[in-house]
Amino acid sequence: MTQYVHQPAFLTGDEFSIDTFSLLDPEGELYEGASEPALERDHARRLYQAMLATRILDERMLAAQRQGRLSFYMQCTGEEAAVVGATAALNDADMIMAQYREQGALMYRGFTIDEFMNQLFGNELDYGKGRQMPIHYGSRKLHYMTISSPLATQIPQATGYAYGQKLAGDGHCTLTFFGEGAASEGDFHAALNMASVHQVPVIFFCRNNGYAISTPAIEQFAADGIAPRAFGYHMHVIRVDGNDALAVFEATTQARKIAVEKNQPVLIEAMSYRLAAHSSSDDPSGYRSKDEEEIWRAKDPLLRLKKWLVKKGWWSEEEEAAQQESLRKEVLDTLKRAEKRSPPPLESLISDVYADVTPALQRQLDQLKRHIRRYPDAYPKGAKSLDLDVDTATDAQGDA
Amino acid sequence: MPTMNMLQAINNALDIAMAEDEKVICFGEDVGVFGGVFRATSHLQDKYGKARCFNTPLVEQGIIGFANGLAAQGSVPVAEIQFADYIFPAFDQIVNETAKFRYRSGDLFNVGGLTIRTPYGGGISGGLYHSQSPEAYFTHTPGLKVVVPRNPYQAKGLLLAAIRDPDPVLFLEPKRLYRAAVGDVPEEDYQLPIGEAEIVKDGSDITLVGWGAQMEVIGKAAELAEEQGISCEVIDLRSLLPWDEDTVAESVFKTGRLIVSHEAPLTGGFAGEIAATIQERCFLYLESPIARVTGLDTPFPLVLEKEYLPDHLKIFEAIRESVNF
Ligand SMILES: Cc1ncc(C[n+]2csc(CCOP(=O)(O)OP(=O)(O)O)c2C)c(N)n1
Repeated sequence: MTQYVHQPAFLTGDEFSIDTFSLLDPEGELYEGASEPALERDHARRLYQAMLATRILDERMLAAQRQGRLSFYMQCTGEEAAVVGATAALNDADMIMAQYREQGALMYRGFTIDEFMNQLFGNELDYGKGRQMPIHYGSRKLHYMTISSPLATQIPQATGYAYGQKLAGDGHCTLTFFGEGAASEGDFHAALNMASVHQVPVIFFCRNNGYAISTPAIEQFAADGIAPRAFGYHMHVIRVDGNDALAVFEATTQARKIAVEKNQPVLIEAMSYRLAAHSSSDDPSGYRSKDEEEIWRAKDPLLRLKKWLVKKGWWSEEEEAAQQESLRKEVLDTLKRAEKRSPPPLESLISDVYADVTPALQRQLDQLKRHIRRYPDAYPKGAKSLDLDVDTATDAQGDA
Repeated sequence: MPTMNMLQAINNALDIAMAEDEKVICFGEDVGVFGGVFRATSHLQDKYGKARCFNTPLVEQGIIGFANGLAAQGSVPVAEIQFADYIFPAFDQIVNETAKFRYRSGDLFNVGGLTIRTPYGGGISGGLYHSQSPEAYFTHTPGLKVVVPRNPYQAKGLLLAAIRDPDPVLFLEPKRLYRAAVGDVPEEDYQLPIGEAEIVKDGSDITLVGWGAQMEVIGKAAELAEEQGISCEVIDLRSLLPWDEDTVAESVFKTGRLIVSHEAPLTGGFAGEIAATIQERCFLYLESPIARVTGLDTPFPLVLEKEYLPDHLKIFEAIRESVNF
C-alpha cells in the first residue's frame, strides 16, 4: 500500500541494521538467553569430527603442495564451522552446490580420504577423470554438485535445481555456498530474484570471510554486508556468527524448514574469516597484516565447539589426539597410494564431451594415438595409457 | 637495453601510458594494491593513486560495462579480466556493446579508448577453467580488434599501440610465457603496428602461421624441420582482427604450403578462417592441403594436457606430411 508523504525522504538502508545470531561464546559457553539447538550427541560428534578432519586434510595437503607433490590446493581453514555446521543441518539427500572452499561439506557426508585424494591427484579413479584442477570435487552419491571454477555460476543453478525439487515434491531443498566476492556477480542477483519470484526451496549461503583473493570486503560492497540484499528480493534472511558451529547449525535448520515447508528461499550470511591464503598460489602478506590474522586465529571455530563438547562430556582431549593421529596417518598413506595410481586413460580426452563420442572426436583421438606411438617419450602419460614402453622407445626426434 | 619478462614489459607499458595521459585508468579484480594476481599492475596504484588504478568488485560484466561507459565519456580504460576463461560473463558487453558502439550511433559515440587485457592459454596445469584460448569467439565480432603478443618486446609495443588505438582492443596475454619469456625490451616508449603480421623467420618450403604462445612451439618445430632440410617461413600474426592476409598470402605464393596452429579447438577455430582465405587467394599455388594443428574438439583437460596441446612434435609431423604430400 503506497503511503504518500509530502517531504522528500531518501533512505540508505542504514535505518536497518542486521544483527548477528550467535549461541556459543569463545569459551564454548552458551550466551545468556541462548538455547541449545536440538543436536544429539552423535550428531554433534559427527559435526565436530568432520570439522577436525577437514582441518587436518587441509594442513596435510597444503604441505604436500609445498613439497611439489600436488599442483594446487585451497584450504577451508577458519570456515569449518560455517560449512560443516550448515551441512549438518540439512537432510543428507539435500543438494549442495558449493563454490570450491567447502570440502567440509563432503567430509561431513562421508566422502572418503581416498576419494578426496583421487580427485586431488587426478588419477584414473578420480570421478572427474583428471580434467579439473585439484579441489574441484563432485559426488552424485553424496548429492554434491561437481565444482565449476567460474564464480557464482552455481547460484542460479541452485535456484533451478530447487525448483525441480519443488515440482518433484520430494521434500528436499538445495543449499548453495558462495563467497562475498562471488555475490557481486550478476548470477547472484539473477538467482535471488528468480528464487523469490518462483517461490523456490533454496538456501543461499554466503561465506563472508572478508576477502576475495586480495580484495577486502570494503572494496567489494558499500553496504552492511550481503544480508541486506535479501530485502530487495523480499526474502527471508539471517546473519550468523560463522565461527559458531551451533549457531550456523540452528540458523540453517530453521532456514531449511522455511525452504521445504513454505517453498521459500532463504539467504544466510555467515560472518567469518579466511585464515589461510586464498590458495596455494597466493601470499596474503601482500595485502593484509599478521595482526589482523591473529585476531581471527583466536576465534578458531574448532576450539569453540570442542570446548562445548568437552563440557558436555561428548568429546575428550584423548579422543581428539587419537583422531588427529589416525587421520594424519590415513591422509599420508592414502596420499602415497593415490599419487602412484595411473593417469586417466587417453580415451578420457574425448569421452563426456557428448553423450556419445562423435566421429570427428574419434578421428582426432586416433590421430593422437598414432602420434604418441611415434613419440612415446614426449607423452609419458599417454604412452602409459597405450602400454608403450617409454624408456626403450625411439627418440623424440623421430625417424624421418 | 634492459631485459624484462612479459609481465614486466606489460607493467612498463601501462606505466608509460599512465604517465603520459592521465585519462588512462587501470582496473579489474585484485588489480589495485596487490597488483593483480599475476602482478601485471604492480606499483601502479602507488604511483598514480586509487582513482586511476583500483580493485573492482568481482563482476566481469560490471567491469566491462563500466569500462564501456568510461570510454564513451572520453577516458582511456585498460580493464583486466583475471583469466580469459572468465571473460564470458562480460561477453554481452563486449560483443554487443563495445564492438557496436561506434556503428550503432553513426559515430556519435564510441568506446575506442578501451583496452581489455586478459591472460589466456594452457600449459600451466590449469585444467578446464584456467587454460582456454577464446580468441575465435571474438574474431567473429566486427568492431573489435584482437591482439596477441608472443614475447616481452612485442607485448610492450603492442599494448602501447592498443591503448592508443582509436578502436577497442582485446589484448590476449599468453600466461604461460608471463615469466618464462624474457628478452630485451627498450626502456622508452615505442609502438608496434596493429593489423600487421611479422615474418619471424624467412623460409622457402613451407609457411607456418601462429600467434601468442604457439609461436614458441612453432619455432621449435621449424628448427626440427630445418634439421631435415626443410626451410620454414614463420609468421606471427600478432593481430587476429583485423588480420594481415597479404603477408600470409605473399608467403604462401612463395612456399606453396601452409600450416596454421592454435591451442583452441579445431572446429570454428581461427585457423579455419585463415585456411579458407588463403585457399581462395592462393589456390593455384598450393602444393598440399592447408593443415591445421590445434587443440582437440573438447574442453581443456588437466592431467593429459601435454597430449592435448599442439606442440612442436605435432607441428613437425604436419610439416613432414605437407612436404611429402
Ligand atoms: C567468473 C570468475 N571471475 C574470476 C575468478 C577468479 N577468482 C577465483 S576465486 C576469486 C575470489 C573469490 O572470492 P569469494 O567469492 O569471496 O570467495 P573466497 O575465496 O573468499 O572463499 C576470484 C576472483 C573466477 N574463478 N571466476
